[in-house]
Amino acid sequence: MIPAAFEYTKATTVAEALAALQAGGEDAKVLGGGQSLLPVLRLRLNAPSVLVDCSGIDEISGIREEGGKVVIGAGATHHAVMNNALVKSSVPLLAQATATVADPQIRHRGTCGGSMVHADPRADLPPVALALDAEFQIAGSGGQRTVKAAEFFQGPFETSVGPDEILVSVSFPKYDGWSTHYEKFNRTAQAWSIVGVAAAVRMDGGKIAEARIGLTNVGGTPMRASAIEQALVGASSLADIEAAAARASDGLAPFADDDADEEFRLHLARVLTKRAVAAASGLK
Amino acid sequence: MTATTETPSALGRPIKRKEDARLLHGQTNWTDNIQLPGTVHMAILRSPYAHAKITKLDVSPAKNHANVVNAFGAAELGDLNGSIPCVWPVTDDIVMPAFPALAPDTVRQVGDCVAVVLATNPQSAVDALEDIVVQYEPLPVVIDMEKAIAPGATPVHADAGTNVCYVYNLGGGYEEVKAKADVVVKRRFINQRLIPAFMEPRSVVAAPMGMSDEITVWSATQIPHVLRVLLALVTGIPENNLRVVAPDVGGGFGGKLQCYREEVLVVNLARKLGRPVKWTETRSEDMLATHHGRDQIQDIEIAATKDGKLLGLNVELIANMGAYLQIITPGIPLLGMFMYPAIYKMEAYNFKCTGVFTNTTPTDAYRGAGRPEATYAIERIIDELAAELGMDPLALREKNWIKHEEFPYTTVSGLTYDTGNYEAATAKALDLFGYDELRAEQKRRRDSNEPVQLGIGISTFTEMCGLAPSRTLGALKYVAGGWEHCTIRVLPTGKVELITGTSPHGQGHETAWSQIASSILGVPVEDIEVVHSDTGRAPYGMDTYGSRSLAVGGRAIKLAAERLIEKARVIAAHQLECSPADLEFVNGVFQVKGDASKQQPLGAVAFEAFTAHNLPDGVEPTLQGEATVDPDDFSYPHGTHLAAIEVDTETGKVRVRTYVAVDDVGIQVNPMIVEGQVHGGLAQGIAQALYEGAFYDEDGQPLNATLSTYLIPAAPDLPSFITGQTVTPSTTHPLGTKGVGEAGTIASTPAIINGVVDALRHLGVTEVAMPATPMTVWKTIQAAKGGK
Ligand SMILES: Cc1cc2nc3c(=O)[nH]c(=O)nc-3n(C[C@H](O)[C@H](O)[C@H](O)COP(=O)(O)OP(=O)(O)OC[C@H]3O[C@@H](n4cnc5c(N)ncnc54)[C@H](O)[C@@H]3O)c2cc1C
Repeated sequence: MIPAAFEYTKATTVAEALAALQAGGEDAKVLGGGQSLLPVLRLRLNAPSVLVDCSGIDEISGIREEGGKVVIGAGATHHAVMNNALVKSSVPLLAQATATVADPQIRHRGTCGGSMVHADPRADLPPVALALDAEFQIAGSGGQRTVKAAEFFQGPFETSVGPDEILVSVSFPKYDGWSTHYEKFNRTAQAWSIVGVAAAVRMDGGKIAEARIGLTNVGGTPMRASAIEQALVGASSLADIEAAAARASDGLAPFADDDADEEFRLHLARVLTKRAVAAASGLK
Repeated sequence: MTATTETPSALGRPIKRKEDARLLHGQTNWTDNIQLPGTVHMAILRSPYAHAKITKLDVSPAKNHANVVNAFGAAELGDLNGSIPCVWPVTDDIVMPAFPALAPDTVRQVGDCVAVVLATNPQSAVDALEDIVVQYEPLPVVIDMEKAIAPGATPVHADAGTNVCYVYNLGGGYEEVKAKADVVVKRRFINQRLIPAFMEPRSVVAAPMGMSDEITVWSATQIPHVLRVLLALVTGIPENNLRVVAPDVGGGFGGKLQCYREEVLVVNLARKLGRPVKWTETRSEDMLATHHGRDQIQDIEIAATKDGKLLGLNVELIANMGAYLQIITPGIPLLGMFMYPAIYKMEAYNFKCTGVFTNTTPTDAYRGAGRPEATYAIERIIDELAAELGMDPLALREKNWIKHEEFPYTTVSGLTYDTGNYEAATAKALDLFGYDELRAEQKRRRDSNEPVQLGIGISTFTEMCGLAPSRTLGALKYVAGGWEHCTIRVLPTGKVELITGTSPHGQGHETAWSQIASSILGVPVEDIEVVHSDTGRAPYGMDTYGSRSLAVGGRAIKLAAERLIEKARVIAAHQLECSPADLEFVNGVFQVKGDASKQQPLGAVAFEAFTAHNLPDGVEPTLQGEATVDPDDFSYPHGTHLAAIEVDTETGKVRVRTYVAVDDVGIQVNPMIVEGQVHGGLAQGIAQALYEGAFYDEDGQPLNATLSTYLIPAAPDLPSFITGQTVTPSTTHPLGTKGVGEAGTIASTPAIINGVVDALRHLGVTEVAMPATPMTVWKTIQAAKGGK
């Protein structure tokens, strides 16, 4: 459809963008790659009065190493993230999950930050951020603040980024030496996840020494499967993984949609957790 | 069977499509690209309710919106609110409800048109829709077809008093053969609702043409010629003042075989306002307001002896019409009616179809139109019968199919298939597939209870296409004929204009028709221009659908070219001072038999015909040939499709590992185009089996009317198809060709589901609903396990 009319400004610095948001008031909205916001506008589910285009702000587009962390500018495109050497070596889980997002056209426009702020329960990057304890740098009129992933995602399409704030970057601790796997389950290759599992394991002597698990689309926000993370420690075979993964659905109360009712979603969480951890650990 | 006739030069070559350079370089002329000075843009207020009374409608506030030219509801439009036609009243007592373009008092589907706004830009028109004051009083909604025809159901059309549109019966004798059968298998199959989902959305522009009375209509349609007749009838605009052009059209699949409400509104409003009016749908509108396809409940029963000889088939259908009848809505199940017995010999066949109204988008033709439904039912039930009998499904098929030496063969439903060779196609498919190895792998996976099971899906299909012999259409109460026209002109410069009544929208007619004409006229393919899809330049035609363009249009091309040569021969003989009988025509040149020095190329003859300085007595100037041909019969392509299907029993996900399609479409004009048609067809048939399905909730709200929820597979979801061919020329077509446009779609759906069921049969599964989504498959496995 045709969106309702809106004003458009293009910011070139964070300061400019923040000022434009302030000036725009309640109804102003940040435009990143537009891959989620524009469909929302075209379906007339939302009608912001001002769009502040942040896709051209250099200071939030880069990917760099800083203080032992990999810092990903909110404006870095999916394409840039998945092909970045630093990301591939130190946060391979993010690179792999990003490569499952949509198709090349969308990955060339959509941004890592846009995906995080949009916080679609089906999105593949938020569970990675959650599992890996990423941190979010948010700029507002009062300066910059940092929010942990565990607090960042507050509900479906809801994060701790305020209406007059901008996500500047997401920083990931380095996971050199970990083995990781993102297991995405969808109906067609370019569709959204029905359920996804982000798994990272540190192996020691053929056993899982440490595990981190994030789940996609089994609730309103990405979920951290802490119970399984504990249960996986010491696992040395596929059977051990299977036993632990059986608990992947503990405590979840997922919603139902056309692709999966509650029963099937919980079942998928278990099966896919088993597969993700098996693939990450290489255990048979 | 007859022997293959000699294949002339350009025929049968996989030459690249002439039209593609232009299409691929963005030099296309889509309807939405047409920009005429003074154009006003139409936006439509659509019903959010599936069934409701309109208790208040006030369009006047919208008129105050910036840039708005006018706004109309049904009341304001009055006589210009045309009634949408249905041209196929299949029975004498069919219920044919009124179908005004704008709903006057009651809406009957989500997406029904309620009012229109016209503005000088599309944005303002859409914005102004929000200013229209409208109130609805919801009425009870009928969605489920069986509930719709149960006593006490609310009628979709109150004045009809019933939701039964028609009941159609054919055949007889099934009960008698059933009485002597050893085995009877009965199944209910659901052929779910589909959305055509062509790439280019619908779009229409209508413009009064200045000083004349002509109104030109550009529409993204498959049927410019039929549309012109219908628009004339609906709007009352004299047909000779209407010109309909289908510019580049980006796919149709039956979805653009229609006379749509929006087309009627745009034409009438252009006339009323005296300026060009344009409307281009959004995808959201398309999913609601473009007609849908399939949507049948099929109760199928088959009777056989214990050694696997088929005795009879009983087919009872409930077919969803939707809320209204569109161009051929009621006839779609009838296009499949003759095909349920397919390639099999049997003694008796009963067919009954009940057409039903519901508060849903109207259904109509979608690639295959009736035959995919029939093929699905027969190919699925044959597999079920084989399982019941403990026979190999391929052996059961072979035991009952028509043998190649038995053609021509008249089937139990009364069709006479001219040719076919099911043995040859099957042998070739088995060769390409590796049937025995796959059966061994299947056993291994079953024995070791692997999470991923393997199934083999078979479809030995045939279909009837090439619509259609006009007399047959008449007997079926269809209100038009099925002929096709071609005019070929050799211009003074020797270039050729081929004017066809077919209306390509992706099929490659410009190339294929040039190849046919080139092979007869000896003119290079590049020198032939195919003129089409414009009633001003190509006045006669019945357009493109039902795999008819080559099957019917090809006949006219051949005859027109031959008539042209006959005229040219007389002129050439006069020029060469010999008798026409002394001339032979080789590679575009007339030549005196036995004297190669005496030659006259076709171009020189054309120039002579143009100057007319020295024509023989009684011969008229200009060099052209024309033909309007009614086909002798339908076209019966066939083939054997085999699919190796992996089913992940842990997640329910289905993967098509290998797909072999051997199609026999007779003589191939351009094998590359044939292969393209097969590939696209397979994708669409596989899509029905695994991905697509349009669903409503109980209130009639569409549940997945967006492309992010109505899933269409893309290249990564499909295997690399293995295609092969056998060539059994048609004996009822002068070129020996058969239709190919729908074959892949018709064949592949049952092949896939047969494969899914075959992978799971040892678990107790006998049926998997379409689309076989992971959840559906997983739940089916759970239910079968629980039931054991
Ligand atoms: C067809 C399709 C398929 C898709 N499939 C997938 C998939 O499989 N998996 C998946 O994870 N995603 C998928 N996506 C979404 C895609 O990843 C988007 O790129 C992403 O969700 C949004 O990023 P964006 O940069 O386009 O943000 P936009 O659409 O521009 O914005 C989204 C929201 O984030 C806000 N925002 C953006 N940037 C900032 C910022 N710097 N600071 C504050 N707020 C900001 C906007 O205001 C808006 O509310 C798909 C999208 C499409 C269109």
